[in-house]
Amino acid sequence: MNRTSYGAAIREAFVYLLDHHPEVFVIGQGLWAKWYVGNTMTDLDKLYGPERIMDSPVSEQACTGAAVGASLCGYRPIVVHPRMDFMLYAMDALVNQAAKWSHMLGGQAHPAVTVRAIINRGGEQGAQHSQALHAWFAHVPGLRVVMPATPRDARDLLISAVLCDDPVLYIDDRWLYEWEEDLPPIVESPLEREGPRILRSGGELTLVGVGYSTRLCLQAAQSLATKGIQVEVIDLRVLNPLDPFTIVASVKRTGRLLVVDGGWRTCGMAGEIIACVSENLPLGMLKQSPRRLTLPDAPAPTSAPLERAYYFGESEIIQAVRALLG
Amino acid sequence: MDSTLGDLANSSACNAPLAIGNSDPARLLAQLRTMLLIRRAEEVIGEGVAARQVICPAHLGIGQEAIAVAVSEHLRGSDRVFGGHRSHAHYLALGGDLYPLLAEVLGKEAGCSRGMGGSMHLYAADKGLLGTVPIVAGTVPLAVGAALAAKKDGRGDVAVAYFGDGASEEGVIHESLNLAAVWKLPILFVCENNLFSSHLHISLRQPTDRIARFADGHRIPAVTLDGNDVVAVSRAAEDMIAGARGGAGPGFLEAVTYRWRGHVGHREDEDVGVDRGADLHLWKARDPVRRLADALIAGKMLSSDAYSALQADVDAEVMEAWRRARAAPYPPESHLLDRVYAEAGR
Ligand SMILES: Cc1ncc(C[n+]2csc(CCOP(=O)(O)OP(=O)(O)O)c2C)c(N)n1
Ligand SMILES: [Mg+2]
Repeated sequence: MNRTSYGAAIREAFVYLLDHHPEVFVIGQGLWAKWYVGNTMTDLDKLYGPERIMDSPVSEQACTGAAVGASLCGYRPIVVHPRMDFMLYAMDALVNQAAKWSHMLGGQAHPAVTVRAIINRGGEQGAQHSQALHAWFAHVPGLRVVMPATPRDARDLLISAVLCDDPVLYIDDRWLYEWEEDLPPIVESPLEREGPRILRSGGELTLVGVGYSTRLCLQAAQSLATKGIQVEVIDLRVLNPLDPFTIVASVKRTGRLLVVDGGWRTCGMAGEIIACVSENLPLGMLKQSPRRLTLPDAPAPTSAPLERAYYFGESEIIQAVRALLG
Repeated sequence: MDSTLGDLANSSACNAPLAIGNSDPARLLAQLRTMLLIRRAEEVIGEGVAARQVICPAHLGIGQEAIAVAVSEHLRGSDRVFGGHRSHAHYLALGGDLYPLLAEVLGKEAGCSRGMGGSMHLYAADKGLLGTVPIVAGTVPLAVGAALAAKKDGRGDVAVAYFGDGASEEGVIHESLNLAAVWKLPILFVCENNLFSSHLHISLRQPTDRIARFADGHRIPAVTLDGNDVVAVSRAAEDMIAGARGGAGPGFLEAVTYRWRGHVGHREDEDVGVDRGADLHLWKARDPVRRLADALIAGKMLSSDAYSALQADVDAEVMEAWRRARAAPYPPESHLLDRVYAEAGR
């Protein structure tokens, strides 16, 4: 066991992949600077050299497309977008190319590319430097989407993503980088076997989080437990392909569902989960209508007082849970 | 790297007082004042960053003031200007009011974007500034569209797209140049080539350092010059803007310069992990403000005392605006939702 922060866990995954898989290399902006990617890639360029850790020009589209191309030729590139917002220039490479390649060529070619996108918000960065667009990408068949919430997943899901033969979007969140956990030794595990996971058991309500919101859910569950309220916390982990059955089974037990997501509400991940549960739950099993807690349907504001109103925290989750429990 | 810029990119060259020739002294003095205003405003913003009064990312263009001042001289309120993340100078040079800029940087409701944008999102439509936002190269095609609208309007207005050397690495810049050329649009592309894109020198990003080569490829007339020479930039911008107004199509102005502060924030000594020590020191001798002031003083158009008085005057103006901005209120929470669509709240 080894106490490791989320940020350091990501770095451990890079080290493992670069040590054990010579076909892995990394392209992205800021890989030779400490500033862009926090503590998640410190000194990798010095350890593995600039040929495998390629800091790039400001060319998201070409870098992502090039990574897809190299992945069709035996490599397992990882493209790093230090901020998800910048990745929108790379939509074609991801959505039209990588996600479609296997299907439209009859299953004969598989772009084993991983795109790492970082959610980086707060600090008055404003509308173009704050977005959490995971739901968009989860909408695209052919593109696997994972969002680690815990340090262990930050490490292990990155390894699984890179070793997967499909294109994978791996989304980490800077608000999680300081979270520490004891990590077991690394065991490679196929991504296809990963899915939502129960992080805390409880019988009164099912609380589903994704990425950073999972952390908030855990904190809220802990506080509620001190008041004698036991909620179950499920971390979504794999957004696409989505396996709802862990969540459905939980709601069958609890009869109440609250989904918490740091993305927008309309057409978001929370709505998708509520839909899946609604479709799969026998009639009459719900004690309350399911609820979602999301960002308001507005771009991120800038000034600190508005940011405080825009982003929810533990107390908003607790309030929503209490409202559902009546 | 194979440098085509030569002395223009050489920190030890181009540091003499400006050759002001027979330029109009009143105009030179006005340029000097605007440059001083921009410099002082950005210094104060930098102090605000250091004191954690400014929270939003602030990209200072100290050292690059001459370019916006020279270009803006030839623009009018009906022109359409777009910028990026480092655009305080673009705003102020167009005549944007100081107080709303400082209020914006502090996230206050009196800001030029009503406190919803911060330093990276500026707006002053009455001066022709239609937006400066931080997705690299994102506003360049918008400027092309504004030029298209200007051409349709037929009133001789032009668009200006400010962008950096790093932005030229985005594909959309090349599409934009082609559109402007093939549709013969009234637009001036202004590339502020400060040789860096955050932590990376241009030699680590491109095979050579002259960005105007991309204009050559699209048959857009281009000039590359010392961006710290306000007189030279002004002359070139005048010609190209007049050409665009007259229907000659796009122009490309590459102004070579250097930023004194880090990529973001107030510090000089640490540029997102890069120490530029010696080079920065040399570039300070290429100071666009001092080279103009020295030329004016040498030409007896300005006394040392008058220069000191001018600096004091600018400082008082900036500090007064800063004090007001600091005391101003934040936007109300209701603005979270009622600014998303044109019809509030719907
Ligand atoms: C699409 C996109 N990619 C990356 C960034 C991060 N970024 C912000 S400014 C910048 C450097 C741009 O360099 P340049 O265009 O030369 O402008 P300068 O900062 O030198 O003024 C980068 C990479 C961004 N804001 N948008
Ligand atoms: Mg630059």
